[in-house]
Amino acid sequence: MRTREDRITQSVSHAVMIFASLLVLIPFLLLVIASFTDNTWAAANGFTFFPKKWSLDAYRYIWQQWQTIGRAYLVTIFVTAVGTLLSIALTTLMAYGTSQEQVPGMRVLNFLILFTMLFNGGLVATYYSYVNLFHIRNTIWALIVPNLLMSAFQIILVRNYFRTGIPPSLSEAARLDGAGEFRIFVKVVLPLSKPILATIGLMTGLAYWNDWQNGLYYLTERGGSSYYTIQVILNNINNNIQSLQQNASALGSMNIKLPTTTIRMAIAVVGILPILLVYPFFQQYFVKGITLGGVKE
Amino acid sequence: MAKKKKWKRYIPFYVMVLPGLLYLIINNYIPMFGIVMAFKKLNFAKGIWGSPWCGLDNFKFLFQSKDAFIITRNTVLYNIAFFLVGTVLSVTFAIMINEIRSKFSKKLYQTLILLPYLMSWVVVSYLVYVFLSGENGLLNTLLTKMGMETVNWYQEPKYWPFILIFVNAWKGVGYSMIIYLSSIVGIGQDYYEAAKIDGAGKLQQIKSITLPLLRPTMITLFILSIGQIFRSDFGLFYQIPRNSGTLYNVTRTLDMYIYQMLMQNSDYAMSTAASFYQAIVGFVLIVAANALVRRIDKSSSIF
Repeated sequence: MRTREDRITQSVSHAVMIFASLLVLIPFLLLVIASFTDNTWAAANGFTFFPKKWSLDAYRYIWQQWQTIGRAYLVTIFVTAVGTLLSIALTTLMAYGTSQEQVPGMRVLNFLILFTMLFNGGLVATYYSYVNLFHIRNTIWALIVPNLLMSAFQIILVRNYFRTGIPPSLSEAARLDGAGEFRIFVKVVLPLSKPILATIGLMTGLAYWNDWQNGLYYLTERGGSSYYTIQVILNNINNNIQSLQQNASALGSMNIKLPTTTIRMAIAVVGILPILLVYPFFQQYFVKGITLGGVKE
Repeated sequence: MAKKKKWKRYIPFYVMVLPGLLYLIINNYIPMFGIVMAFKKLNFAKGIWGSPWCGLDNFKFLFQSKDAFIITRNTVLYNIAFFLVGTVLSVTFAIMINEIRSKFSKKLYQTLILLPYLMSWVVVSYLVYVFLSGENGLLNTLLTKMGMETVNWYQEPKYWPFILIFVNAWKGVGYSMIIYLSSIVGIGQDYYEAAKIDGAGKLQQIKSITLPLLRPTMITLFILSIGQIFRSDFGLFYQIPRNSGTLYNVTRTLDMYIYQMLMQNSDYAMSTAASFYQAIVGFVLIVAANALVRRIDKSSSIF
């Protein structure tokens, strides 16, 4: 039984959502087309959806510069993998420990975690202490350490999951069987927490993959360029396309004319591609992460 | 004897939290003490403790310049605009997606609209650049085709409030839409059934059932965003205007300013003072906002 009103609701909703989806997709489409446009043609006529001259030069250039771009890819993957694993380990251990409120001191610790969400020293103090006390500048740690424990909120989220999602009788039974606390944590608690682990792991992994700020703060061109990630390179050539070329000539690469306009777009495409490929398979975990985080993030 | 045994049982838990505690000290608590820098004439060579105290001089410099007003105004007004535009769009989208019958379309729209949320601000700045670039951008090409003057987008402050609000919504609406969608899905169907029996139309139902029932979520999000009103997304304001100097008047927020004073101008007096100002006012606002949220909806407050 479909009323007139029903049909109108359906078509208006579809129309608005199609319009919104197009608004999302069109910039990506234009970026990809721009990256395949002939550089001289683009410089003369601008980026359009229907360039008269196509070209693979930008990608050819990336291929020739694979020492730089490929290295950045490897660094990005390394930082994402190590950072995410360390983050999950730190977060879950801390969440499990502090979920044991019968242990003296854990309530204080819970407050210390919470307090970091309310107050922070700010960029200047953080920068100063990482650079001058911990000498993190121009090391791989600059890309990993400042983002560990992405936010105190993740600890709280996981702790709530441990408290409500895992029956205490299970760990009690394991304890009676003589299992140690670490064994219980690894063999009983973690396997039951896969959904929340997947969720925070994805969020953390995404943040590491997308991070350019730590590169901006802590990597300098002279000492840190070997740790450049894809995002850091994108940020640098945004300011100065020549930085890629300098890098390249420093590596003793050949001199071809730089497709300055389109190469930026091609590198951006190369940086986005992995996310686009992976996203459809993990979409549900992202959605879950957002609804779990809910209003608080 | 029994007490000693108990302590022994606790040790593994202390070992578990130790790495996290160390990290909190390194990453959060040491920098917190660093805010005393705001009262010092900082000299990186002498270190924080070696630098001489200067009382409130840094704050005097900051608040006597016109910068303090501009960055506060920008931070606060953008946050308000982001909240209003974001809420209207995400609630509308959430209601519409919820109405759509086809499961496949529902999922497809949701997936697409969340996509920009996964992009870094650097990548978004490229996506914006293909439209706005002075020489190559699509907008200028279209303007030329229509026989109109081209615009030097990255040099014209008057357009930027709109551009920033649009880009921020483009990237963030998917996120808040999912939050609202999950609360709409939680509304009981019997309300709507009853309304239908009473002869209420779709718009009537949305107005009298959906929106009122979403109000707690909206109010909570609103208060929490008031708590965050002194914080701004550095990536948005730094990347999207491509750090263009002529735009600073409308693109400089507190976080932008602190970064620029620290990294570009090496003006430690200004950056530490602005950092302290942001931290203290931000702290007061967050605590107040949460106290308020707790009175309305206990489960949504962060403490």
